[in-house]
Amino acid sequence: MTKAAARPLRSGWRYRANVALRTLAGTLGAYGVAALAAAALARTLPMARVEAVTIATLIAYLVAPAVTIWAFLARGPWRALAGVALAALLLGGIGWMAGQPA
Amino acid sequence: MSGASTMVRDGARQAMAWLHGWTGLLLGHILFIMCLAGTLSVFKPEISRWMRPEISGPADPVRAITAATSWLSANTTGSTGWYLSAPDGRSNLVEAAYDSGGEYFSRALNPLTGAPLARDSLGGEFFYRLHFELELPYPWGRLLASLAAMLMLVAIITGIIAHKRFFKDIFTFRRAKGQRSWLDGHNALGVLSLPFHVMITFTGLLTLASLNMPWAMTAGYGQDLMALYSDLTPGAVTKAATGTKAPLAPIAPMLAQAQRHFAGAPVGRVYIFNPGDSGAVVTIYPVETASIGYLPAEISFDGSTGTVLKAWTEQRPAIRTYQTIYGLHMAHFAPLLTRWLYFLGGAMLTLAIASGMVLWIVKRRERAPLSIGNRLLERLNVGGLVGVPIGIAAFLIANRLLPLSMTARAEAEVSVALWSAGAALLLGLGLTPKLGWPFLLGLLSLLCVLAALLGPIWASDIMLVTGNAMLLTAAIALGFLVWKQLRRRSTHTPVRRKAVPA
Repeated sequence: MTKAAARPLRSGWRYRANVALRTLAGTLGAYGVAALAAAALARTLPMARVEAVTIATLIAYLVAPAVTIWAFLARGPWRALAGVALAALLLGGIGWMAGQPA
Repeated sequence: MSGASTMVRDGARQAMAWLHGWTGLLLGHILFIMCLAGTLSVFKPEISRWMRPEISGPADPVRAITAATSWLSANTTGSTGWYLSAPDGRSNLVEAAYDSGGEYFSRALNPLTGAPLARDSLGGEFFYRLHFELELPYPWGRLLASLAAMLMLVAIITGIIAHKRFFKDIFTFRRAKGQRSWLDGHNALGVLSLPFHVMITFTGLLTLASLNMPWAMTAGYGQDLMALYSDLTPGAVTKAATGTKAPLAPIAPMLAQAQRHFAGAPVGRVYIFNPGDSGAVVTIYPVETASIGYLPAEISFDGSTGTVLKAWTEQRPAIRTYQTIYGLHMAHFAPLLTRWLYFLGGAMLTLAIASGMVLWIVKRRERAPLSIGNRLLERLNVGGLVGVPIGIAAFLIANRLLPLSMTARAEAEVSVALWSAGAALLLGLGLTPKLGWPFLLGLLSLLCVLAALLGPIWASDIMLVTGNAMLLTAAIALGFLVWKQLRRRSTHTPVRRKAVPA
């Protein structure tokens, strides 16, 4: 790592693009992951349907800010986006495979 | 490792500060309205009593509900539902929402006669609705409120991370130093009651879960929301109207039986569906002050026979958890001292938002002349941050001055509030901020005094006295603010110091 790279960059398009991508991952991405987590949990939690739905909804509100914080702590903006996409894919897959409970 | 990733380690605070500023700015005025209205809603029943001074003293819930149903039976036709809230010690009349002949009414009913009060007013309900519906049609107001609450959550999280010296900031205040003072004040307001801010934002979002996080519900129930509702409140029975007329069975025995079912807790809300039809259903919920949980039980009766259809006491941990979190936001459980703490926390959050929005301008003004966008924002701050409370003060004054015989009187009160706030906003946009701040703040102070004088100031009812005292306190604080602004104008040249990074 060069000295120049170690200095914080607070302006320029790289910085702006970095913040923009992380903001995207931390807002829309965080909501998406939370929504898919809610759906997956609602279908998989081992309890009565209405209770699973309620608990899943509560947990979703904890997932969203956790993803937001992570999006800004991840090593790079692309890593933040990829992490969000991966989590969404995984949770979406679980929810889809589980199917709507009877 | 790329340069960009180093940026975030070293510059995480700057990025957070940036995000904190922008999320706050984007919906700051909406959040200010929500927090101010929400803070006032803590005392919703008390404000309602201030706004309906003719009814004083306690009322018996069973007697009041009985009077209300007999008045409604005689004075409504073709109703689909009567939604009644019984007096509970804080409220001392029946708040009723009902339809008659296709028209929808929301009225306060006299606890002795059951008839609507002459002083037709929304009372504290106005602030409660404004808090999460923002005077916008369903569902847009609630969606906007949800979006604002989500951005607030982001603003709170990023605000915390943006702090270099979290605890030191609590105890830092450098007065009369321009930007530093605003920053210190904003930090202190935000940090001192941070647990409250986080709690109230989270729980607030949860109260609108069916709009802003419906995905678990959709995943579990698909489009069949009726099944969800009946699973959530199994004791609430729905029945279609039969079309056959049948008078409502006596309500007092149902209320007595409900109270036994609630283990002695007094009745709170009484919903009567299809009254006057043989398919009528009466569903009764206990008073909300009884516990921190919002709906611990419900019981439904056949409206034409008075027999129990279904009774339910909520014991499922998941539902109780949700209800407790809901109840934490509503604060119906709270005894007097806790309510004042909710009020204080809400007031601090409201001021944190307002000071944050002023800080945005002050910070930029001290560095360079303001851009055209920021000059507009500065004036929007004047018009919005003072205009909204001016609308509220005008609402209280309209409640005292509008003639009792007026038709659509409650709606007129709201119109006065909206038009006054709108006029103040235009004044704030039209005047230079140097003139706009003291002028509008002074006007607000005078309006608070006027509302207290019309209270009337010689009232002896404790609710009226407290309301008047709070209005006068606000007026004095605002007057002090105006005096400071005018004094500084004549003597003070701003001290400019080299800005220290936040």
